[in-house]
Amino acid sequence: MTPAGSLLVADGLRKTYGRTPALDGVSFSIHPGEVVAVMGPSGSGKSTLLHCLAGIVSPDAGTVTYRGRELTGLPDAERSALRRTEFGFVFQFGRLVPELTCVENVALPLRLGGVKRRPAERAALEWLERLEVDTVATQRLGEVSGGQGQRVAVARALATSPRVIFADEPTGALDSLNGERVMELLTRTARATSAAVVLVTHEARVAAYSDREIVVRDGRSHASEFAV
Amino acid sequence: MTPSDGPEDPYGSDGSPVPPRSPGSPVPPPPDSRLSVPPLPDSPLPDSRLPDSPLRPVVAGGAVRDRLRDLGLGVRLAVTGGRAGWARTALVALGVGLGVALLFAASSVPHLLDERAKRADARFAGTHARFAPADAPDRKVGRSETTLVLNDTTTEYRGDTVNGRLVRPDGARPPLPPGLSRLPGPGEITVSPALRALLDSPRGALLKERLDRRIVGTIGAAGLLDPGELYYYAGSDTLTEATGGWRTEGFGAPSLQEPADPLLMPLITMVCVVLLVPVIIFIATAVRFGGERRDRGLAALRLVGADIRMTRRIAAGEALFGAGLGLLTGLGLFLAARPLAGGVRLWGVSAFPADLVPGPALAGLIVVAVPVAAVLVTTVALRSVTIDPLGVVRESAAPRRRLWWRLLPPATGVGVLLWIGSVGDVGHEADPIPLALGATLLLGGLTTLLPWLVGAVVRGARRGPVSWQLATRRLQLDSGSAARAVSGITVAVAGAIALQMVFGGMHAEFVEITGRNPARADITVTADYGSAALTRRMAEDFRSTEGVTRVIATTQDYVVRPGAVSERIRPTTSLTIGDCATLRELAALPSCADGDTFVSHYAHDREQNDWIDRTARPGKPIDLNSSSMSEGSEPVLWTLPASTPTVTARKDQLGLGSEGILATPGALDPAMLPESSTGAALRLDPAVPDAEEYLRNAAARIDPTLRVTTFRVVERDRRYASLQSGLLVGGTATMALIAASLLIAQIEQLRERRRALAVLVALGTRRSTLAWSVLWQSAVPVVLGTALSVVGGLTLGTLMLDMLGKPLADGWVFLPFAGTGMAMVTLVTLVSMPPLWRMTRPDGLRAE
Amino acid sequence: MSIGHTLLGLLESGPRHGYDLKRAFDEQFGHDRPLHYGQVYSTMSRLLKNGLVVVDGVESGGGPERKRYAITDSGITDVAQWLAQPESPDSYLQSTLYTKVVIALLTGRGAAELLDTQRAAHLRRMRELTARKQRGDLADQLICDHALFHLEADLRWLELTAARLDRLAAEVRA
Repeated sequence: MTPAGSLLVADGLRKTYGRTPALDGVSFSIHPGEVVAVMGPSGSGKSTLLHCLAGIVSPDAGTVTYRGRELTGLPDAERSALRRTEFGFVFQFGRLVPELTCVENVALPLRLGGVKRRPAERAALEWLERLEVDTVATQRLGEVSGGQGQRVAVARALATSPRVIFADEPTGALDSLNGERVMELLTRTARATSAAVVLVTHEARVAAYSDREIVVRDGRSHASEFAV
Repeated sequence: MTPSDGPEDPYGSDGSPVPPRSPGSPVPPPPDSRLSVPPLPDSPLPDSRLPDSPLRPVVAGGAVRDRLRDLGLGVRLAVTGGRAGWARTALVALGVGLGVALLFAASSVPHLLDERAKRADARFAGTHARFAPADAPDRKVGRSETTLVLNDTTTEYRGDTVNGRLVRPDGARPPLPPGLSRLPGPGEITVSPALRALLDSPRGALLKERLDRRIVGTIGAAGLLDPGELYYYAGSDTLTEATGGWRTEGFGAPSLQEPADPLLMPLITMVCVVLLVPVIIFIATAVRFGGERRDRGLAALRLVGADIRMTRRIAAGEALFGAGLGLLTGLGLFLAARPLAGGVRLWGVSAFPADLVPGPALAGLIVVAVPVAAVLVTTVALRSVTIDPLGVVRESAAPRRRLWWRLLPPATGVGVLLWIGSVGDVGHEADPIPLALGATLLLGGLTTLLPWLVGAVVRGARRGPVSWQLATRRLQLDSGSAARAVSGITVAVAGAIALQMVFGGMHAEFVEITGRNPARADITVTADYGSAALTRRMAEDFRSTEGVTRVIATTQDYVVRPGAVSERIRPTTSLTIGDCATLRELAALPSCADGDTFVSHYAHDREQNDWIDRTARPGKPIDLNSSSMSEGSEPVLWTLPASTPTVTARKDQLGLGSEGILATPGALDPAMLPESSTGAALRLDPAVPDAEEYLRNAAARIDPTLRVTTFRVVERDRRYASLQSGLLVGGTATMALIAASLLIAQIEQLRERRRALAVLVALGTRRSTLAWSVLWQSAVPVVLGTALSVVGGLTLGTLMLDMLGKPLADGWVFLPFAGTGMAMVTLVTLVSMPPLWRMTRPDGLRAE
Repeated sequence: MSIGHTLLGLLESGPRHGYDLKRAFDEQFGHDRPLHYGQVYSTMSRLLKNGLVVVDGVESGGGPERKRYAITDSGITDVAQWLAQPESPDSYLQSTLYTKVVIALLTGRGAAELLDTQRAAHLRRMRELTARKQRGDLADQLICDHALFHLEADLRWLELTAARLDRLAAEVRA
């Protein structure tokens, strides 16, 4: 299923770690500006799907196509460049680089893309303001709360104005209030910048921020018939 | 339920134990006299007793047992941490072991020197009778069946000293020197193993020519100072007391205490400090190998309720175990390396394995001090863990380091060294203790300064690419461990620089004295006796030797004015006998024929010339035996011909000092001079590399007892160069050792940061960016450490030169060390690339 | 939800006309389903009959008759009792969905599809609620959250059931 106008399409993805099949023929597609939840129980292959879609992991079989380009065939350097410029990431527990301050973490993707330090950090600070965490800009991961850290992570994902944001259990380590705030800021900003969001979660309330969901079970995808 | 389980009274009312009941038997009602039952042994089956209620806090057992339990827990942590835990413990053991092995070697030096001195005494051959009567203690040894005549000879072969002895037994039962089973006969030679190896190799061809004799035996270890010594005994049938030999009746002498060179003590102290301080620091560093991970483990223990003292004890147990293992490893390494000692030559000295025995006191000190130091280092490092268990877990920034107390040790060191002042003069011997203290404080102080320096530099670093930012931020979080890893380098390099400056200064002074001066000889050959024939032969043979450009061969002696004199010092001058050709080399002669004599004057020194003229009075007698007045022997009178002209000495007479009386052999037979000696001064052609060896061979052919002395700077240069390269090799080895520990720390840190690295890769970070960040991360501390060591080394070196009153020869001695440091950083970075690649594989994201 | 108790509770703050009551109810609780005036009228007459409210006054002229209701002491007691009494948690044991799953399994229809359909429906509802929550005020948010948590609980149950369908099928058909 490759609907026309899709931004990112995956077809028949298979991936095995050792003897454990993580993906067993998953298909997926997302339009610009769309928020798609990838749901499923733990160990169903959600994260692996996300890693394949983002070009972090190469699938054993199947294709991932981003804006008409076959991702799986690209060399590592080009996939890295794509991740720097076109994609943004939010992981569980934030996964900020611990030795950098919050503002430096947000500026990091910009700087990796060649932006000079000063403008990068200025832009980063603006993002932090938008996510209401500019007060912790010069602090390190060890000195901020989980919710703040996660918002910094969202700011980092948005900083490069990516076309696709990959969010892997972005509220996993947060209580529901903080989690909802993060989801709200993430989806609102993504919609405002018409970025697509691939949202991996096992929580229905988080998935409720999406436009539609696909369910991964036993490494296979089940698209909902009620998809809008 | 067994009867001893519950609170029910297991005793009968009479207080005697009731035999155990079978489970089915009825339980008798508890007697009401329960409280009065004396506390007898409570159960016939004590082993089946249940322990105290687990809810009851354990208070019994005593503090000692608690402490032992904590220590034991630490040991268990050291060995049960899985493969990583074992690897860490093994690393600590290896690091400490290397250091301990070096310390054991160092502690063997006193014994080594002792043994050398003993062997040197044992082969000493005295000229005085051993059992001389009390009224004539100086009685010379008389000729007998059990005496022999011998002469020490020494030669150099391409910079190595070859010592030997000519021996000629007087009878059938001569005394045997140590290490020999029989004396070599005429034309035979007994050589040391090292000399035999040299003679057998193509490298020794020219030396073989010089020692052209049949090898009949090998000198045993008892007769050698060290296994590398080049030594021989050669038989002779011509050696007499008249030709330089002396008679002895046995070998061995009571040891002599030679007055130490006042410069030697400070130098030795410095060498010890410079060599041992890095070793100690290395041990301290080794104890902390993998310390970050262990700290986190201990912090976790703190979180679950271990108190500060318990944590310290647990850590101490772990450190003790590592240090103990390290001691054993060190002992093993030392014993394993001991047989190889003979193959190692430092400053031309090596050692027999049997000499390498650590002094008991020093060995004991090592065995005690290493574990104590390990515990101390661990405890100090633990401060952050014990105070704030969460701080370690949460990776918050380290508190700002203070500078002032870190400046104290090096400043105190400088102060102490300045206070010592100048020590170069004889009689003003430096006390080694403040010297060692000052140097140790100065060098050791560098290690306290370094963490501050690293912290200050990375705090200030804001600009730069992402890789730089990542590295400096990482260092900000943990500048201590990075600094710790390179503090060994810092001290070692600083010490090496200082030492090299000192040696360089001494060398420079030497160059000043004996620079290649046209007025001097490159080389002199001297005999212990005077002979016209020898003089002639030297002149002829040496002139035809390859590479010799100029020869002046003479026989010289001092002569005095006979009879009563008015002066306080009897007028004395030198008498030089040589053929006309030779005399023309010494002074400007108007004419010369055999039988002529001259009085040679300095060109511009009237005072000296007046003094010469008091003895050299033409037409008046001269006493040729200069010692006739003092020792009561007969004067030997000779009249200086009245027609003797006065001439002026030449400047380029190769330093012979021939001002005084010049005579041709026809005017005076050298045999008349009782204490004369024949010698030649020579210039060599620098273009002929082995000229010196050819000359030595020529001299040996004339008479093996001739002494050949080199004045050429070239040779000293070579010796200094070998010292320099030795220091460089030592410094490089130390750096390699430290680079290894840096690498280990680096890889361990990479492993711990796997997750963060995976995130960076997911964000699209280039591998090269990560690689550069790893490079910066190791380069910054090493560069700063090297810079600090250059400053420290130059400071210490300048202070030492000042103290010894020597000039600074070369301020750039640190360059090779700085270069080596850079090379090490590059190497560490390169080697840590494969693990970096491995750890940045995307699987890292999947870790949990 | 007991409309009678709710209206009584609204009356506790002071007497109101029937129309006022309806408006207050709709404002607070009736976003989804506004109250019909007839419902208010029938409820109030029941409460009047039971002596929980009294008619405080009648305004006539111009339009329908407008009664003003006031709460009585026994009415206040009734509200207090209602609030004090916990809601019965038993209602969830009589789940239509569970019945449907069992029937589907018994009749050989696809229970998994049924669950998937239900999940999609739940999620769609949850999306609506989430969207409304983001637009609305605090009261809106609380109401939506209440529903969202319940729907989420349903979904969790759906996931669990889906994961155990094989075992359930075996037991149901046994």
